[in-house]
Amino acid sequence: MEAIADRAIDRSQMQVSDEIAIQISQMNKWYGQFHVLRDIDLTVNRGERIVIAGPSGSGKSTLIRCINRLEEHQAGKIVVDGTELSSDLKNIDKVRSEVGMVFQHFNLFPHKTVLENVTLAQRVVRKRKPAEAETKAMALLTKVGIAEKAHEYPSRLSGGQQQRVAIARALAMDPKVMLFDEPTSALDPEMVGEVLDVMQQLAREGMTMAVVTHEMGFAREVAHRVMFMDAGKVLEDAPPAEFFTAPKEPRAQVFLRQVL
Amino acid sequence: MSDTDSQTALYRAETGALEIAFVREQMTKPMPAPASEVGVVGWMRKNLFDGWFNTLLTLFALWILYLILPGILNFNFFNAVWSGTDRLACSDVNQGGELYEGWKGACWPYIGAYFKQFIFGRYPDAELWRPILVLIMFFAGLIPMLIPSAPFKRENIIYMLGIFPVVAFILLTGGNLNYNGFLLPNAIMADSALKFWVDYVLLTAVICGVVHFIVRGMDGDSRRPIMLTIFAMALLGIVIFLSSIDFGLRFVETPQWGGFLMTLVIAVTGIAASLPLGIALALGRRSQMPVVKLLSVIFIEFWRGVPLITVLFMSSVMLPLFLPEGVTFDKLLRALIGVALFSAAYMAEVVRGGLQAIPKGQYEGAQALGLAFWQMMNLVVLPQALKLVIPGIVNTFIGLFKDTTLVVFIGILDPIGRASAIRATSDWQGIYWELFIFIGAVFWIFCFSMSRYSMHLERRLKTDHR
Repeated sequence: MEAIADRAIDRSQMQVSDEIAIQISQMNKWYGQFHVLRDIDLTVNRGERIVIAGPSGSGKSTLIRCINRLEEHQAGKIVVDGTELSSDLKNIDKVRSEVGMVFQHFNLFPHKTVLENVTLAQRVVRKRKPAEAETKAMALLTKVGIAEKAHEYPSRLSGGQQQRVAIARALAMDPKVMLFDEPTSALDPEMVGEVLDVMQQLAREGMTMAVVTHEMGFAREVAHRVMFMDAGKVLEDAPPAEFFTAPKEPRAQVFLRQVL
Repeated sequence: MSDTDSQTALYRAETGALEIAFVREQMTKPMPAPASEVGVVGWMRKNLFDGWFNTLLTLFALWILYLILPGILNFNFFNAVWSGTDRLACSDVNQGGELYEGWKGACWPYIGAYFKQFIFGRYPDAELWRPILVLIMFFAGLIPMLIPSAPFKRENIIYMLGIFPVVAFILLTGGNLNYNGFLLPNAIMADSALKFWVDYVLLTAVICGVVHFIVRGMDGDSRRPIMLTIFAMALLGIVIFLSSIDFGLRFVETPQWGGFLMTLVIAVTGIAASLPLGIALALGRRSQMPVVKLLSVIFIEFWRGVPLITVLFMSSVMLPLFLPEGVTFDKLLRALIGVALFSAAYMAEVVRGGLQAIPKGQYEGAQALGLAFWQMMNLVVLPQALKLVIPGIVNTFIGLFKDTTLVVFIGILDPIGRASAIRATSDWQGIYWELFIFIGAVFWIFCFSMSRYSMHLERRLKTDHR
């Protein structure tokens, strides 16, 4: 946390446009009989960074997985970058190619080298030429500090390195929005920092981000808003200064006492 | 030991009392490994005589080898007869031959005399260059394809999947086939080559309709799949057209084929057809679409539930009863289809096992990048799934290769079939072990090669370093 504080972002300079990147209204989701998400309303503007926090099982991962329809919602409306998510496969593919996602378990393709991991979707989804895709991939790998591993297979990399490759892979698609689903939860403690560094840099460049994380330091330093979820409901939605110092909900107070 | 002693002595000398150093300054030299760890003796101790029980087992195994090995070697090699023209060469004095009384050994000239029949069956002598050319073309294409570092991979694959099958088909049959209509009733149009092509275009249209229907069911864009279908049907049309051209080759009907040529024709067709079909069925069985899933399950469970021999009998004896009069299918073609569908069902279950082993995260990783279903399957899921099940796939291939011998029961004369026919000839009466030793050896070489190659492939494709 101290490490992050050193590089804290000056929020006064942060550009948040009025354009809406993600709009979720009255969204509900069930797993069978189980009501996972209840009446979710959420608007994320372009350039805005939100952190979603909450106890496990509160539905926060499910919520961001709905944004690129890895999970299907049953009621309500999700509009990403002007495209509404419905069962229309075309819209789903469109949204997915504009929204980057980073997973808890990286989900790199083990049969492809790091470079191939980063160029694959560029070539088949964005239809870029191999040379162009490779240049882009190498630039991104350099940016996340892992260019020298470009020709290794993911299994040769540490968890932190793999996660940085996964971020590069998502960025290679020039996404308008980045979703992070507990990106540091599966990492050894000493590797958390290197991944958070990359995410911070991304934030500094003005990327629209929705991050599910338990790293409250990251939330405090980087997020515009922190959303607190419990039992499928958004209980609080406040700037971090407010959320961390004076949480309104008793559940949020209990949660903060446990994690801080 | 002596180093340590002298060091200790040194300390004693300086201080007058015994001191123990915490940091040693000189390393003791490594001792040579004991005899039990290195060399032939070491290996034997470790692997053969490790404890009284293993020693006993080793001795027992040696005793068994002592009992059977001399017999096997003597029969096959040392006592064997290698040349001769008829039965007499392998007869002892009592039987009118020149060999000593009580002689036992293999009679190899017998295999030599019928070697041609074992390889090509009753394929006419004058036309033998055709199957020989096919075999040369096959191995010339196969071997570089299997060597990863060989150049021109793309051309090689196009040759093996596109050019070779057509050329082999025309060479083996002779081409110049007549095609008649198969769809429209004769009342509308009389049977002719033209009607065949009219029917073919109609069939293409029907298939396109079905494809459109299925793709719409998946909420997909049907234009690309329909283009692909038309492309595939056009390719098939070209093949059919080529096979109807008269190249001046004599027509050799399939009952005249036989021997290992037959084995290879059935096995290669079965292998080439069952893998893609099996993958399609495995994907179908895991599909979200109920109709596709149900059809795949029914297909797989039906073909897996019946013995191959019944499939072959059905195809050769019963099928003609169900077909309208005048419609005939070649018996070999029917057997080929039966074998291919049968092994496709097995293949489907092998591939399904591989698909199930791929973690959900791989699908999600691909989907999150915007890959469409087939892109995800082709680039991410199937390469990993197939790699996992290489042993199972090759197992099915080997099973299929050996199961081709069952076609003998429907009168297709593969090596086993030829063997029975040859045994009945009077020249070499009473000799039959050699036949099966020879056939077994050839099959073993093929199957063992497949097995070794699959192991090589597994090692080469291993990237996960587990």
